[in-house]
Amino acid sequence: MSERLAVFKTYKLYVGGKFPRSESGRVYEVTDAKGSWLANAPLASRKDARDAVVAARKAFGGWSGATAYNRGQILYRVAEMLEGRRDQFVAEVADAEGLSKAKAAAQVDAAVDRWVWYAGWSDKVAQIAGSSNPVAGPYFNLSAPEPTGVVAVVAPQESSFLGLVSVLAPVIVTGNTAVVVAAERAPLPALSLAEVLATSDLPGGVVNLLSGRTAELSAPLAAHQDVNALDLAGADAALATELETAAADNLKRVLRPRATDWTADPGTDRLLSFLETKTVWHPMGV
Amino acid sequence: MRYGINADAARIRPFPGGSGRGVACRYARRYAPLVTMPTTVPAYGNEAAGRLASMADVTASNGALRRFLHGLPGVDAVGLQARAATLGTRSIKTTAKAYAIDLAISMIDLTTLEGADTPGKVRALCAKGVHPDPTDRTAPKVAAICVYPDMVATAKEALGDSGIHVASVATAFPAGRAALPVKLADTRDAVAAGADEIDMVIDRGAFLSGRYLEVFEEIKAVKEACARPDGPAAHLKVIFETGELQTYDNVRRVSWLAMLAGADFIKTSTGKVAVNATPPVTLLMLEAVRDFAAATGVQVGVKPAGGIRTTKDAVKYLVMVNETLGDAWLTADWFRFGASSLLNDLLMQRQKLSTGRYSGPDYVTVD
Amino acid sequence: MTFDYAPAPESRAVVDLASSYGLFIDGEFTEGAGGGLRKTVSPATEEVLAEYTQGTADDVDRAVKAARAAFEKWSALPGAERAKYLFRIARIIQERSRELAVLETLDNGKPIREARDADLPLVAAHFFYYAGWADKLDHAGLGPNPRPLGVAGQVIPWNFPLLMLAWKVAPALACGNTVVLKPAETTPLSALFFADICRQAGLPKGVVNIVTGDGSTGAALVAHPGIDKVAFTGSTEVGKAIARTVAGTDKKLTLELGGKAANIVFDDAPIDQAVEGIVNGIFFNQGHVCCAGSRLLVQESVQDELLDALKRRMATLRVGDPLDKNTDIGAINSAEQLARITELADAGEAEGAERWAPACELPGAGYWFAPTLFTGVTQAHRIAREEVFGPVLSVLTFRTPEEAVAKANNTPYGLSAGIWTEKGSRMLWMASKLRAGVIWSNTFNKFDPTSPFGGYKESGFGREGGRHGLEAYLNV
Repeated sequence: MSERLAVFKTYKLYVGGKFPRSESGRVYEVTDAKGSWLANAPLASRKDARDAVVAARKAFGGWSGATAYNRGQILYRVAEMLEGRRDQFVAEVADAEGLSKAKAAAQVDAAVDRWVWYAGWSDKVAQIAGSSNPVAGPYFNLSAPEPTGVVAVVAPQESSFLGLVSVLAPVIVTGNTAVVVAAERAPLPALSLAEVLATSDLPGGVVNLLSGRTAELSAPLAAHQDVNALDLAGADAALATELETAAADNLKRVLRPRATDWTADPGTDRLLSFLETKTVWHPMGV
Repeated sequence: MRYGINADAARIRPFPGGSGRGVACRYARRYAPLVTMPTTVPAYGNEAAGRLASMADVTASNGALRRFLHGLPGVDAVGLQARAATLGTRSIKTTAKAYAIDLAISMIDLTTLEGADTPGKVRALCAKGVHPDPTDRTAPKVAAICVYPDMVATAKEALGDSGIHVASVATAFPAGRAALPVKLADTRDAVAAGADEIDMVIDRGAFLSGRYLEVFEEIKAVKEACARPDGPAAHLKVIFETGELQTYDNVRRVSWLAMLAGADFIKTSTGKVAVNATPPVTLLMLEAVRDFAAATGVQVGVKPAGGIRTTKDAVKYLVMVNETLGDAWLTADWFRFGASSLLNDLLMQRQKLSTGRYSGPDYVTVD
Repeated sequence: MTFDYAPAPESRAVVDLASSYGLFIDGEFTEGAGGGLRKTVSPATEEVLAEYTQGTADDVDRAVKAARAAFEKWSALPGAERAKYLFRIARIIQERSRELAVLETLDNGKPIREARDADLPLVAAHFFYYAGWADKLDHAGLGPNPRPLGVAGQVIPWNFPLLMLAWKVAPALACGNTVVLKPAETTPLSALFFADICRQAGLPKGVVNIVTGDGSTGAALVAHPGIDKVAFTGSTEVGKAIARTVAGTDKKLTLELGGKAANIVFDDAPIDQAVEGIVNGIFFNQGHVCCAGSRLLVQESVQDELLDALKRRMATLRVGDPLDKNTDIGAINSAEQLARITELADAGEAEGAERWAPACELPGAGYWFAPTLFTGVTQAHRIAREEVFGPVLSVLTFRTPEEAVAKANNTPYGLSAGIWTEKGSRMLWMASKLRAGVIWSNTFNKFDPTSPFGGYKESGFGREGGRHGLEAYLNV
């Protein structure tokens, strides 16, 4: 009996709820930690980045307008779907990051739990980030958070999956939409996550995932006038400075990179970094 | 930088699609598509009746009147109060203050409405109205003496040919709780005794329960009772008792209602309840008068009454008139203060301006 | 006879101006390091009020070092003690509010009525509000153990010189930071008087440093490696340059920049109050307000009535001597700003909008611009897109709520917006759709220390005021 020949997966981008190849037709080799070939990943182009921004903008109205309860349900659904494909992700993370199966499993489990943590925040964040303001006059005055808009996320390079989930979930749970540049050398868990997102009732375009050269993809995103914010988690210092400088052109909100233990309690910092505060005044009188 | 309602129309260039005629309540305009009017006419003239007739469809039934009144633009209380307060910060000094004081004196309806009123009291008040400052005969006379109907004849006689009007409250003042025939008889009695002006009260109960047409018809009936076969009709002031109407929306509605019914003046209060004239309520009535004039071409006067006791207060009201309606209303024909103690404060301030010294209550008369 | 208001000028005698001012560094006024002196003029008369020092990079360095030296002790003070200094400052501002109001009017050109009734009460209130936070930071909901950032470099504009100082200095000090503040080139005086208030309050030396000068002084401050925080209020253009300067550093940045607010009037609006709100929205402070309601979006079904009323109201605005207590519109702050307003207004006419202003006599000397409105403006006109920062209102129309939202949001700015309607559900729907940091419904240009202020998009980021305003000055 000959051994069965495995069916390889063609990894694709995730843009606007669809799984296109790069419009450039390019791919690059992805290897495991020891240098063995794992797969070819799409080498996304500047145009792919632009298409992703268009998709994210198009999705923003609906996603930000959905009820917080609904967004929480969908994020929880992501966790459910991920739990069901745990083994696949454990294998992919182990390959991508050169981890033992046990350590990879811990990363995947933490990622599932992270989706659950952020799912619960959807209908609570306004209560901790908002305020009723006792102004000195006959006015009703209320401040409430709103999503910033389209957020470009440079995913962490060293934590291809837990790191990715840790930066993506807080961006979208509050109603932002995201364009994510996956870890350059380990994009496969991210590209597989797209398959989970696509089957979790997440509207197309809310999350758009690109693989390729981080510098090549993040530069047009940082300069893009229809991107509202930038998470530089996966940018090195030189790139981060370059991107933050470019981001100044339309005053994107920028979350600078910093050393992060992705397994630690995430707190609310990332959640609050991509929110605007809107304050509404109205007179009170008869 | 000054604004008078007639001059204004000439100064403001019409813009595309605009009427170029100054503001008009859109509803009034819809119901009464009047052509551009060269001038406004006084509410008490013969012409006014014709202009009001063009609005007859909005008073054809209680339903029509209700739809009209509730279609008027709303009033935001906080914004109205803020505007009145800002106007209250105007600083009126030196020559402007002297002008304002004399103007205010000339606009006073010097009032006594007490159960204890006697002919002697009324005659004393009339004497004061003619010569408010016994030490300074240049002080202007007041606009009117305001009394109960049974004192009209006394006041009329005491005032003689001074030119000061006699105003009489009527229609079961101040509550207005009497049958219509009684109210009309009350009015006719005062008119027959020689009253130049009638200050009627509306039926607040009817208004608050939505019986607008009833209030409208009552005002119309009282206006008819103001007619005099042998001379000019008494002018009709309609008192809303705004302190009982509670909301500014109600004040705007009742203002339009009264003006549609033929009021010559609209007046805030009787002076007999807890809340009388306030700057915001008066400002709102001035705005209603302005809009009514723009919509119909009929000029109506305004009289705040009750609670205005100091020169500072009076000047604030004059500033409101000046910046809302302009010169055309800055005469005793179109703006009055219903007051009693105000006069002495105006006189003391007037003495201060002319002598440079602060005056005291012993230098003005107690009547 | 007409009721003409006699001149009612506020007395200048309450302000004792020196002929020249140094820099306030490390608790005392010192001479600059060779940048020379500049003049500040009254924009209403072009009279020179005083000379002040052009701060250099060396001066900035000295100020930052003084602030750094003061930081350790100041940040280690119990919050309750820091609070007491701020309460003292608030009280002294109240005591000296008449003097400060006159000073502000002289240097800025704003009407004394507004300096007296808006600026100064808000300045004192801001210090009172943040004073109370100083010992309650653990309860602000910003995470455990909030720490001050260090030295804050603050650059403020000329439109509300003392109020913008208060917005910057009060929360910074309450959170335990020390500050180097650079007031605007054309309005340095009230900040220099504030230095004297710090002296009267006994504030430890070096906690507040005031370095005056032009844009180059501000640029030196922002670029100084010794500061931990940059807070800027001013133009979007400069804000972007600052964002580039701090890129790649650890400096925390908050920016409060320009705006092009839509003031949206529906046909069921309370018309008289809407007119007041429109006037207050665009003519308050000569329109030198980042959140000014500079685009009037009026529903077509009510535009004739509204514009008639608006023009009639504009004709009653009193333009002239800012010190006259009856003045509604004062002087434009500088010749440069006047040139900018004039250029944009001319462009409005050239592009086909119809210009209207009430008949109004403007003084001969000084910088003046009549309250002006443009009708027939479209989204494509420059006066509908660019911030004029002057008393110029662009009127556009809409037919449906959706169209109003689309037009209101069609701008790179997102600072504020106004909604006028008597229908509550529509107001809330509109408020949720407008992409702006402050929504005034049935009111406009209201400010309060408890109420967060700041923009979306290119109007900047970060909030000033309220609990939210603490976050800009804390490491959380």
